[in-house]
Amino acid sequence: MHHVHVDAWSRGASVLHRRDPRAKIVALIVFLVVLATTPPNAYVTLGIDAALLIAGILIAGLPLASLLARAMIVLPFSLTFGIISWLAGDRWRAIGLIEKSYLSTAAVLLVIGTTSLAVLINGMERLGAPRMLALVTQFLYRYLFVISEQAQHMRLAAQSRQGDPRVHRQGRFRAAAGALSILFARSYHRAEGIHRAMLARGFKRQFPLLHTLHFRSSDAIFACLTAAFLILVRIQ
Amino acid sequence: MTPLIEVRDLHFHYEDGTHALEGVNFVLNAGETVALFGANGSGKTTFVLHLNGVLHGEGSIRICGIPLSKETLPAIRAKIGLVFQDSDEQLFMPTVIEDVSFGPLNLGLSAEEAMAQAKAALEQVGLDHALNKAPYHLSAGEKKRAALAGVLAMNPEILLLDEPNTFLDPPGTNNLIQLLKSLPQAKLIITHDAYFAAAVANRAVFFEKGKLVAEGTVREIVERFDWNYPDFAADLRYSAQRRF
Repeated sequence: MHHVHVDAWSRGASVLHRRDPRAKIVALIVFLVVLATTPPNAYVTLGIDAALLIAGILIAGLPLASLLARAMIVLPFSLTFGIISWLAGDRWRAIGLIEKSYLSTAAVLLVIGTTSLAVLINGMERLGAPRMLALVTQFLYRYLFVISEQAQHMRLAAQSRQGDPRVHRQGRFRAAAGALSILFARSYHRAEGIHRAMLARGFKRQFPLLHTLHFRSSDAIFACLTAAFLILVRIQ
Repeated sequence: MTPLIEVRDLHFHYEDGTHALEGVNFVLNAGETVALFGANGSGKTTFVLHLNGVLHGEGSIRICGIPLSKETLPAIRAKIGLVFQDSDEQLFMPTVIEDVSFGPLNLGLSAEEAMAQAKAALEQVGLDHALNKAPYHLSAGEKKRAALAGVLAMNPEILLLDEPNTFLDPPGTNNLIQLLKSLPQAKLIITHDAYFAAAVANRAVFFEKGKLVAEGTVREIVERFDWNYPDFAADLRYSAQRRF
């Protein structure tokens, strides 16, 4: 699973791993804004942005090919809209959609591959992200594995009673819809169970933090230098 | 001597009108380990969820002499540790050490103190090698141990365990029995497993349709209710020879 690999990457100890999450989030936001406002045919700017990204991946010690391959997860979506734009006669819009979505995903992967989720969410909260969003993200990430495992078990159970897959196609769709509804119901029950487990260990509507964040001068220099470099390249 | 748990005339019904508990009386003393038997839906888990205030029924509950109420809940949750049946529900933090520290941090300990208690608890359950592992990388037995460590890190006086050997293979169950026997806390253990109960408990109670209908030794309860096996006495002699 994708998030298992990314989770393992985030436990590294490179200079990028050691940066405060707020510095990385600020740098990421500047990167995304610069990328979004760059014309699709500004190949030099886009090339420098991509080179910066690759340098970041190498400095962090993350597997370059694996990360770039995982960033392709966005392509089925951006390619669909890209093809629609191309067919509508807007060639540059199509190219822009694909190249920008791909670079954005790689940049996000670089940040979450160098920051553990708990620390990243802590940083998001400190920067003013809504607490509810942070909590939902954390739980979604934690239970993605459990829910997908349940889905796989249900799929196996369905397959073992399926018989010839070429017949009863309509029945298979109905079974898939039923499985989805059961998955929702189970997730709801699990959420109740988790809440009970949290209450039983003294949860007071506030997530306690084991690791406190320290924003050092090196973090400020990192965020400022990255942002300044990106903006300079963009306006040149 | 004040009982650690004292429940008097506890009643509870769910919102749909189902009567889950009807006039339950129960006492747990220091040093005791009590097995809680009963069929599915007989009210065992509902009863246990009342003991640390997750559910609220009518009646009197005193934990270590403190009457359970909204005001005393933080003090009571520090004294009573609840280990859930499904460890995945209990291990909700990204890493084992963060999860085990969750309880101590909620008790108001500093990050350093919480970390120290979490490490000690993980060492106690033999999981000190897995501090930074994600919970989904643990085996079923390790998850159970991590969940238990999460409770032990809060230094409770009482342990409540809901079917602790579910999903465990026989070696995992044997390890858990050894671990539970080594813990000094009083324990109330929901279980369907007569062997497991015989290995860890010195008393048993039986729930039926929301009522506590009998109590005695594990053997008495198992034989009276024909629980698990028809020839439990012979099996028990066999189990006594096994390495638990």
